Amino acid sequence: MAANTEDFVIVGAQSSDANEHISKPALSFWQDAWRRLKLNKLAVISMWFLIFILAFAVVSNIFVPQKAANAFNSDKVGVYKNLPPNSGLPIPGWDGKIKAPGDTTVTDVYASQGVPDGERFILGTDNIGRSVAKRVIVGLRISLLVAIVATLIDLVIGVAYGVFSGWKGGWVDNVMQRIIEILSSIPNLIIVTMLGLLLGSGILSIILAIAMTGWLSMARQVRNMTLSLKERDYVLAAKTLGESSSKIAVKHLIPNMAGTIIVQIMMTVPSAIMFEAVLSAINLGVKPPTASLGSLISDAQAMLQFYPYQVLIPSAMLVLISLAFILLGDGLRDAFDPRASED
Amino acid sequence: MSNPILKVENLHVNFNTYAGTVQAIRDVSFDLNKGETLAIVGESGSGKSVTTKTLMGLNAKNASIPDNSRLLFKDRNLLDLTEEEWQSVRGNEIAMIFQDPMTSLDPTMKIGMQIAEPLMKHREMKKEDALARALELMQGVGIPNAEEHINDYPHQWSGGMRQRAVVAIALAADPEILIADEPTTALDVTIQAQILTLMKKLQRETSSSIIFITHDLGVVAGMADRVAVMYAGKIVEYGTVDEIFFNPQHPYTWGLLNSMPTTDTAVGTLEAIPGTPPDLLEPPKGDAFAPRNAFALAIDSKEEPPFFKVSDTHYAATWLLDERAPKVTPPAQIQKRWARWQEIQGQEA
Amino acid sequence: MTEEAPKKLVELRDLQLYFNQGKANEVRAIDHVSFDIYEGEIFGLVGESGSGKTTIGRTILKIYEQTAGDILFQGKDVTHLKGKQLAEFRKDAQMIFQDPQASLNGRMKVRDIIAEGIDVNKLASSKAERDQKVQELLDLVGLNKDHATRYPHEFSGGQRQRIGIARALAVDPKFIIADEPISALDVSIQAQVVNLMKELQKKHSLTYLFIAHDLSMVKYISDRIGVMHWGKLLEIGSADAVYNHPLHPYTKSLLSAIPVPDPEVEKARQHLEYDTSIETDGKTREMIEVNPGHFVLATPEEAAQYQAQQV
Repeated sequence: MAANTEDFVIVGAQSSDANEHISKPALSFWQDAWRRLKLNKLAVISMWFLIFILAFAVVSNIFVPQKAANAFNSDKVGVYKNLPPNSGLPIPGWDGKIKAPGDTTVTDVYASQGVPDGERFILGTDNIGRSVAKRVIVGLRISLLVAIVATLIDLVIGVAYGVFSGWKGGWVDNVMQRIIEILSSIPNLIIVTMLGLLLGSGILSIILAIAMTGWLSMARQVRNMTLSLKERDYVLAAKTLGESSSKIAVKHLIPNMAGTIIVQIMMTVPSAIMFEAVLSAINLGVKPPTASLGSLISDAQAMLQFYPYQVLIPSAMLVLISLAFILLGDGLRDAFDPRASED
Repeated sequence: MSNPILKVENLHVNFNTYAGTVQAIRDVSFDLNKGETLAIVGESGSGKSVTTKTLMGLNAKNASIPDNSRLLFKDRNLLDLTEEEWQSVRGNEIAMIFQDPMTSLDPTMKIGMQIAEPLMKHREMKKEDALARALELMQGVGIPNAEEHINDYPHQWSGGMRQRAVVAIALAADPEILIADEPTTALDVTIQAQILTLMKKLQRETSSSIIFITHDLGVVAGMADRVAVMYAGKIVEYGTVDEIFFNPQHPYTWGLLNSMPTTDTAVGTLEAIPGTPPDLLEPPKGDAFAPRNAFALAIDSKEEPPFFKVSDTHYAATWLLDERAPKVTPPAQIQKRWARWQEIQGQEA
Repeated sequence: MTEEAPKKLVELRDLQLYFNQGKANEVRAIDHVSFDIYEGEIFGLVGESGSGKTTIGRTILKIYEQTAGDILFQGKDVTHLKGKQLAEFRKDAQMIFQDPQASLNGRMKVRDIIAEGIDVNKLASSKAERDQKVQELLDLVGLNKDHATRYPHEFSGGQRQRIGIARALAVDPKFIIADEPISALDVSIQAQVVNLMKELQKKHSLTYLFIAHDLSMVKYISDRIGVMHWGKLLEIGSADAVYNHPLHPYTKSLLSAIPVPDPEVEKARQHLEYDTSIETDGKTREMIEVNPGHFVLATPEEAAQYQAQQV
């Protein structure tokens, strides 16, 4: 408290440099979103899970080529067919033994079918003796490929269509929105069947089928956001500076709806995966011997009672991936738009 | 001295954010007397809105208030109330008028019902009685042909009329304290004049106390009995309205008064306060206003000034009032105001 | 300001803009408005919400298209500008917006926001020159160089408004429309921004159209003032004339409503209510010059009456 008299001299205001100084660290929109996302444990776990799965799907091309997963030895089907998962460890349900329905004791299938010693299938085999593990890896690859490519097509068409429609407004917007309404009133399955007839079934026609119906909701959302963003002052400012429409879209509109678009993507991917599975279930999906998670499930479901693992393993995969996308999407939504969530 | 109905003592409010703790309110104390209007003046970030939110128990989740802070109202510390207890205080004993009449009314509910609701909730009135009282209130706040409009929805009304309805809702339960947070900032000047006249008239009739939050000193001059000037989470000067406007002592108050043009402000003579308010994440040591203060003393950056007494009702926290401080000549506009103060004092004596 | 036969920079000729024309909900946002803005002056346009003042500003900058009437800039009609000429006009006429929060793109760094006009009009030949220009503009509006890499949300309202001003100045315009540039700011910051605008006007010999609802600030900054209500221009004259000797009852009402930071004045203040019947009685009114340079929208009888009242 001891203040000297020399403390009582006028020093005046500080320089404007000091006065205008901002002490908080610089924080971009993305950094801020990342900071909030990190607080959401489930979303972070989902994110790492998905990164792992995607990386695995890419790298697995090297050690599990598609041919290896599709090939089977027709002479030894009897030996290798329907082998239960065998980890080599005495874990019940994962030791190569299975209790057939009606039986009271478990049988060691590997021994009874005469599989050579030392040969194990970690996730068992299917009804013609192919490794389920390999089939699931390939199926995963195909499913992800279908879903991601379809979603990317959604993204490109949907964003371009939505921005254009919203930005032009007036009768252009009116016509474009009516087109969306007409397209969305046609049942998806009809489009898929038609495409199947036109292109023949295969990965390409599935991707196109999913993309053709999927971009509608993206286009609608983007158009609505464009309508509200184009009235913002910064867009008007860019206009008065003479910025062209396409530049305004790229610099001002799309970055400001990037959050919504990413969330929308996160929700589209699992529904595309699911849709692919549904298509496979009704035989409009990938053609054998190519496997997708959906086709694996539908192929094996007839034997569900006897060999449940053949259905459960790809199903679990499907559920986990979809769940991870949805949880991450949820986390991203909160991270991008903090006002929508509680804190 | 009349005894105060609300005493705020050592109020601190901190917000925990990712970057650290923001000290939004740093030791604020004031009294509110019965029937008076206390204006709290400050710029955005000064903590004036956080003060009112705290008084209404409406602070965000990440706010923390230390235990020695006290809001004494009717022998209880409002800071100890549970959310349920708050609900019987809010809108009943303490009511609030918000800034934006466009968003503070429920668009899906008839205006008459919105006014009647607090009566039914806090006074346990029957619906018919409450609606009858709502009609009286609507007439009281100057809504023409109130009978015809009691079943209107908010979107059918203009901004000014809506703000009248907001005032009617706030007054419905006959609160002892009315908190008005920038109630006219979103309105046009002619509408603002009408609402301010209305609030003055209603206060005379109901003798409730008003805490008026604003950044507009023009509004303060017409509304307030006493004024507290806030800066960077602290009150820097308080006194009666005449003391603040004609005998201001704190350089920040000088700056605020100087930055408003009056009828005789010549071109090029408007003096702005330089710079930007400090970031309350790391409040500066000493006097927070010092970096922007042309009259800053060396001690300002070392030690926080205490309140110096100017009169029984007038205190200012600036080292300029210390007896060791050099005499400074305030800006010309302020000197004019001081001269007026001498005249007023002379007339009274 | 030196008055050497003032040159007209912007001329509005019987400008009209109707929304939903011909329908039941027709809105006459701009209703037969004519006025000139002289080179080097600050023209204040005052009115309350819904008066059409913002719409006029935006129509001049061709954000909206008028229903009828002409807008002349430097003597040339800008209504049908296209391509290169439009780009030239865009460079000459700039805008400062009301809400400093909404007028800056939150995803862009301050440097890129300010440099937007430089990029569009290719005013910098290299990245270094661009940075140099941004630096100068930041200096001009009193911000630091380390602000260039920050994002808008990190700034206070006054700082953001200064960024908006720097963006407008980047293309070196002749004419700036300031659409309520201070009404979203604190009083203490308003003076800062107004002083800065005034200083820049002198330095860069700018012409402003200053749109606001706050007559006291408009009076302080403007050379001439126009008062608008319901899409019509009611009164126009020098700032002193309009402020100190208002003619139209609406202007009088507006002036009587301004709060003054003086308790004694405030205690005595009487707010004059405005009777709108003078605008809705269906009589034909024209801009009549009651005093030299001081026009009011009136019938000849009313004009005589206004004239008589003054003395």
